[in-house]
Amino acid sequence: MDALIEILTNLHPEVDFDTCETLVDDKIIDSFDIVSIISEVNEEYDVVIPAEEIIPENFNSAKALYALIKKLEDEE
Amino acid sequence: MNMQQRNVLEYLEGAVSKWPDKVAYSNGDPESDITFAEVFQRSAAIGSCLYSKGYYKEPVVVFMKKHPNAIVAFYGCVYGGNYYVPLDEEMPRFRIDLILSNLKPRAMICDEDTVKIANEMNFEGEIFLYDEIINSSVDIEAIDMIRSRQIDTDPIYIVFTSGSTGIPKGVVACHRSVIDYIENLSDVLEFNHDTIFGNQTPLYFDACLKELYPTLKFGATAVIIPKSLFMFPIKLVEFLNEHKINTVCWVVSALTMISSFKTFDKIKPEYLHTIAFGSEVFPIKQLNIWRECLPEAKFTNLYGPTEATGMCCYFKVDREFALDDVVPIGGPFNNTEILLLNDKNELAGPGETGEICVRGTSLTLGYYGNFEKTSEVFVQNPLNKFYPELIYRTGDIGKRNERGELVFVSRKDYQIKHMGHRIELGEIEVNVNLLDAVKICCCVYDKEKDKIKLYYVGDMTSAEIIAILKEKLPRYMIPNKVEQLETMPLTANGKIDRKMLSSMNKDN
Repeated sequence: MDALIEILTNLHPEVDFDTCETLVDDKIIDSFDIVSIISEVNEEYDVVIPAEEIIPENFNSAKALYALIKKLEDEE
Repeated sequence: MNMQQRNVLEYLEGAVSKWPDKVAYSNGDPESDITFAEVFQRSAAIGSCLYSKGYYKEPVVVFMKKHPNAIVAFYGCVYGGNYYVPLDEEMPRFRIDLILSNLKPRAMICDEDTVKIANEMNFEGEIFLYDEIINSSVDIEAIDMIRSRQIDTDPIYIVFTSGSTGIPKGVVACHRSVIDYIENLSDVLEFNHDTIFGNQTPLYFDACLKELYPTLKFGATAVIIPKSLFMFPIKLVEFLNEHKINTVCWVVSALTMISSFKTFDKIKPEYLHTIAFGSEVFPIKQLNIWRECLPEAKFTNLYGPTEATGMCCYFKVDREFALDDVVPIGGPFNNTEILLLNDKNELAGPGETGEICVRGTSLTLGYYGNFEKTSEVFVQNPLNKFYPELIYRTGDIGKRNERGELVFVSRKDYQIKHMGHRIELGEIEVNVNLLDAVKICCCVYDKEKDKIKLYYVGDMTSAEIIAILKEKLPRYMIPNKVEQLETMPLTANGKIDRKMLSSMNKDN
């Protein structure tokens, strides 16, 4: 989880990713961020986030995104 | 094509006479649908009201959210004999204040959300609420009188582009250059009555001209795609299919957002047959994924500066490219010439690089309230010694390949293209240097990763700097990485060593 928080904090140092649960709904992250996050998650965790998982629910909070990464790791 | 056309509104009037009840603009929600008859009636009402209140031949700010109503407000300004200045609700306040102090507008049109922000601005003019102003009565006599006095070099709009001194520059475009653009773009991309556009680009730049006016010219339909969908590729393609969108003119990053996540394995655009892209290099790998998915579709690369009314060159993708190739810019639209001028202001020879300069009706009028900046780049054609003739110097360096096609090579200054937006790195630096705690800073751009990196020396955290920049600059200008340094690397001459910073950039 720490590595993920670091990836996110590098994009938006002013956001508290431990608590924020409206990253998409409140337009905190944009399409550029999504592309960066997916590519860095791929490098850090060696998981590929497939298109069908690139949905608002999975990106609204660091917690949700981390759950997705864990799920994808288990599927491998 | 009507050779006598002098006013862009003739496109609208033609559409209204033939297809009054067809939907012109939508944002996907049926409640937002607006027919050509409604566009005409409401924009004529806006024009009548502005004129009756004494606003004529002056900039009128349209400060509304991205919605079909904003487009109606644009035309309303033109009906009143004024020119529209689109501002966006997502623009930071600081930038809006800079623009307002340059323009000193007396009138502004808002929607019910943006009016709250407008009330807090340094704006002392009159604010019109869209929902109220469209209920004004249409004064046909006044509208006819305004039209009869209008000439085709009168301005239609001002859009603001990044300025290296920290102050955005307002590019003023007239009827004649927009008509020239719309006619030639329509020829190249073969728009027609059945075209259904999926608009991606913001309404506060010239990019949206590609959808706005051809929709009127052909009685086509333009659907504004909600911005949030460009984060979610499958939802985006579902939207294209639901609205039977067949034509898109998008920035490259919006197209690669779809292709880079194997979206086409799950869902394909069913109606899309015309794909135009521009403003950035399209990675061949991604272009190939698109062409494989839609082998029958036409792909066109567009190139052009805001100062030449949008796009002025095109290349129809007609062959396979190797992965390390660059898609050419191709050649100019009809009625435009591209001069490649070398350092001696002579035409570049075969294979020689030169600055891309534009000659033709497509040239805009220049920068609003800034004759100095205008005369730096709108200059006398150095090849013509006999009468006044302006060309626009883009600052882009290009060359012709062995096929004679124009190819973009680089910039001659620190202007970059990032996420489809044109950015002067100097504008970011000026804003950082304004901070007392910052001693020195420098921005570099990593082309490969499409990232802006800011390096600085000073007693502030990167989070503090980003937070401040977000209040001053548009979202797309915020550096992707901000890094504090002990000292700034300098060259032997004492200048900031950009090369060294760029190579640091590559390491992480």
